[in-house]
Amino acid sequence: MDWISPRRLNRLGMLNMNRRNVDYIARYNERSSYPLVDNKLKTKLAVAEYGVTTPRLLQVVRQQHEISHFREMAEGLGGFAIKPAKGSGGKGITVITGRDDDNYIKASGARVAAPDLERHLTNILAGLYSLAGSPDVAIVENLVESAPSLAKFSYQGVPDIRIVVFQGYPVMAMLRLATKASDGKANLHQGAVGVGLDIGTGRSLNAVQFNRPITLHPDTGLALENINIEAWEDMLEMAARCYEATGLGYMGVDLVVDANEGPLLLELNARPGLAIQMANGRGLLPRLRTIESLKRPHFTPRERANYAMNVFGAL
Amino acid sequence: MKPRSRLPFYVAVFLLISAGISLAVWRHIELGIPWLTGEQRPVWMIEARVDFDADDNAVQASLNVPDQPPGFRILSEQAASPGYGFSIIEKSGNRTAEWTKRDVSGPQTLYFKAQFIPDETALSQKPAKEPKARKVFFEEPQATAVRELLAQANARSSTPESMTRELIRLMQPDTRTQNTTLLVAEENYLDLLVDMLNHSGIPARIADGLKLEDARRRQSLMSFLQIYNGQQWLTFDPKNAEQGVPESLLLWRQGSASLLDVVGGDNSEVSFSMLRQTVPALQLATMQADSNGLGFLSFYELPIEEQSMFRMLLLLPLGALVVAFMRIVIGIRTSGTFMPVLIAVAFVQTTLVPGLIAFLSVVSIGLMMRGYLSSLNLLLVSRISALIILVIFITAGLSIIGYQMGFNTGMTVTFFPMVIIAWTIERMSILWEEEGANEVAVQGAGSLFVAICAYLLMSTPLAGHLTFNFPELHFAVLGLILLMGQYTGYKLSELKRFTPMRAYD
Repeated sequence: MDWISPRRLNRLGMLNMNRRNVDYIARYNERSSYPLVDNKLKTKLAVAEYGVTTPRLLQVVRQQHEISHFREMAEGLGGFAIKPAKGSGGKGITVITGRDDDNYIKASGARVAAPDLERHLTNILAGLYSLAGSPDVAIVENLVESAPSLAKFSYQGVPDIRIVVFQGYPVMAMLRLATKASDGKANLHQGAVGVGLDIGTGRSLNAVQFNRPITLHPDTGLALENINIEAWEDMLEMAARCYEATGLGYMGVDLVVDANEGPLLLELNARPGLAIQMANGRGLLPRLRTIESLKRPHFTPRERANYAMNVFGAL
Repeated sequence: MKPRSRLPFYVAVFLLISAGISLAVWRHIELGIPWLTGEQRPVWMIEARVDFDADDNAVQASLNVPDQPPGFRILSEQAASPGYGFSIIEKSGNRTAEWTKRDVSGPQTLYFKAQFIPDETALSQKPAKEPKARKVFFEEPQATAVRELLAQANARSSTPESMTRELIRLMQPDTRTQNTTLLVAEENYLDLLVDMLNHSGIPARIADGLKLEDARRRQSLMSFLQIYNGQQWLTFDPKNAEQGVPESLLLWRQGSASLLDVVGGDNSEVSFSMLRQTVPALQLATMQADSNGLGFLSFYELPIEEQSMFRMLLLLPLGALVVAFMRIVIGIRTSGTFMPVLIAVAFVQTTLVPGLIAFLSVVSIGLMMRGYLSSLNLLLVSRISALIILVIFITAGLSIIGYQMGFNTGMTVTFFPMVIIAWTIERMSILWEEEGANEVAVQGAGSLFVAICAYLLMSTPLAGHLTFNFPELHFAVLGLILLMGQYTGYKLSELKRFTPMRAYD
């Protein structure tokens, strides 16, 4: 068994679960703001006022009887995504990329019939995927078409970029690439690849899968060293803006780059995971403490993004 | 944002823990509740036997019985005497056991039994009414001799105690003067001593004591001298003037009332037998709880049914402590936060191995049935409800099959909380669909591991004993849980998880 000593972890500034919960989430995140991020529908509406774009909303299914309208609406669509508004960790998200006669084609290539999708909607409404099992609503969104420069790295699925924003400053970022093991989902503990991104430039640093360092994507076989995210400064600013929209001091912002519409906000997370540190090969604590000790915080998102790029950028 | 000072929190936790522990220590000292199970305490069982011949008439027999004997506490009293009316009467500081019967003839035997616990701290209390010296008149020529002796003793003493000692010394055979010889005869020695002390203005009386030796029969009382020094009654050995009650001496009669009065009978006599017993210390504490001011803090006075319920309930905080420790400090993942505690409680009732077998079989059969349910496209609430009913079917089936096959352990399934099991199955099933069998195995094993740890802690006799008899210790448990809520260090599992970070150090 391999172990790392607590002293070494401290030296690396690794944030751990207990400290994250006590010193950051509990201290900087107002309980009353949680519904805003735990409910994707509310998130969409809240951030829209701050100029943060999200995938286009096609339909909201609130009641069981509204499910019958779903088929009519879906008739004319090429691709869409069904999401539980209160789902967490990508649970219950079904992505449909096209049609094949009466069947819908999922992102994985599997075909599902309309009744299966309706059953899925029923499950969502009953709260199967929501945090406390409470009744939920289903939202149907326009399908995100990933920018080809990034999409090629991912095995199915849409690569997304997780940025941890602390008091409005983007402090750490990573690119998440779906793999065969993760079933096309960009979920790290299910086996997606996490690629640490340099806050200063948007270039890739290290990559991990299942917490192990890797250099090539296990399915696409592409090298993960020289990925470069375009319009990096804009993305950081967009992430920083979410702080004004929600008031959450410590959150994870998940962005995607759409081929047509540019960066879009997928969802916010009030309890962002710790794996981002492994992907970056750096601990969060030094950066969080830098922000905490700031005498005069910057007021505009752009200023904060620039400050972060200068201070936290890799040399 | 400025972090709030944690000092008040730590002070509160410290107070909570120290309050819990000191309250427990206090009750241990005051009530004698033992720290460990199975602790034994000596108890003296003393039986007074009254014999007399009744003369065909109504009988009333009164026996003086102890009332706050110094160095002992009375645990129980009972009388055995067929056909007699019995009561204990308290009158002007004397306690008497009284037997009554209308028509009695022939030799009669009455028994009075009492249990005494040796207790260093039990002192005789100050009498309610200040005792006064009795007026005694001596006839000449004794009066002169008494006056002489008292004057001699008085000259050599300063306090009632020293006066008594001097007087006793003067009246010993080897120091007797002419005056003394005139007065003292073997038979009246103690009575005379008491009379003389009273005459000199010191309240004095005779007390009867019983020397405690294991398994003695037909013992009689020994007489001692007691004087009142203005604060309390002091006991002296009238032979050698030694002050204080000797060890293993029980003062049966203190006060002026006579030891035995029988109206309607003659040839009455009383004799004593004694036995040294051991009683579980806990039983002693329980029996004394109601007589002690601290007794209200315990569960002993609740009805037995509620008591046994609390026995179970009070174990739960220990389970919660184990879960908190395992999740916060060790970092074991469990399915449902407190499911392991409830499973552990069920294990306490079923014992471990049968409980494990029952639990695993119910959950695995339930998971198979849940697989079918999920294809039915049901709403969540009705799916869970259906699952609860299925779980009940499964447990009933297992119980019946087990019983028919001769395994009584099959019956223990019923101790598991049905709703919790149904939810466990539901969660496991969703986990299986979403995260794969691997995660189900990890969380299931984690839950069972935590449940077994909690069970092992909760099922130790000491844990049950301490939680029930010292419920205030839960303050300390609460304090520990609160402390753990502030633990911001690495979990044990994180030391493993973050191992690849070594490459970047």
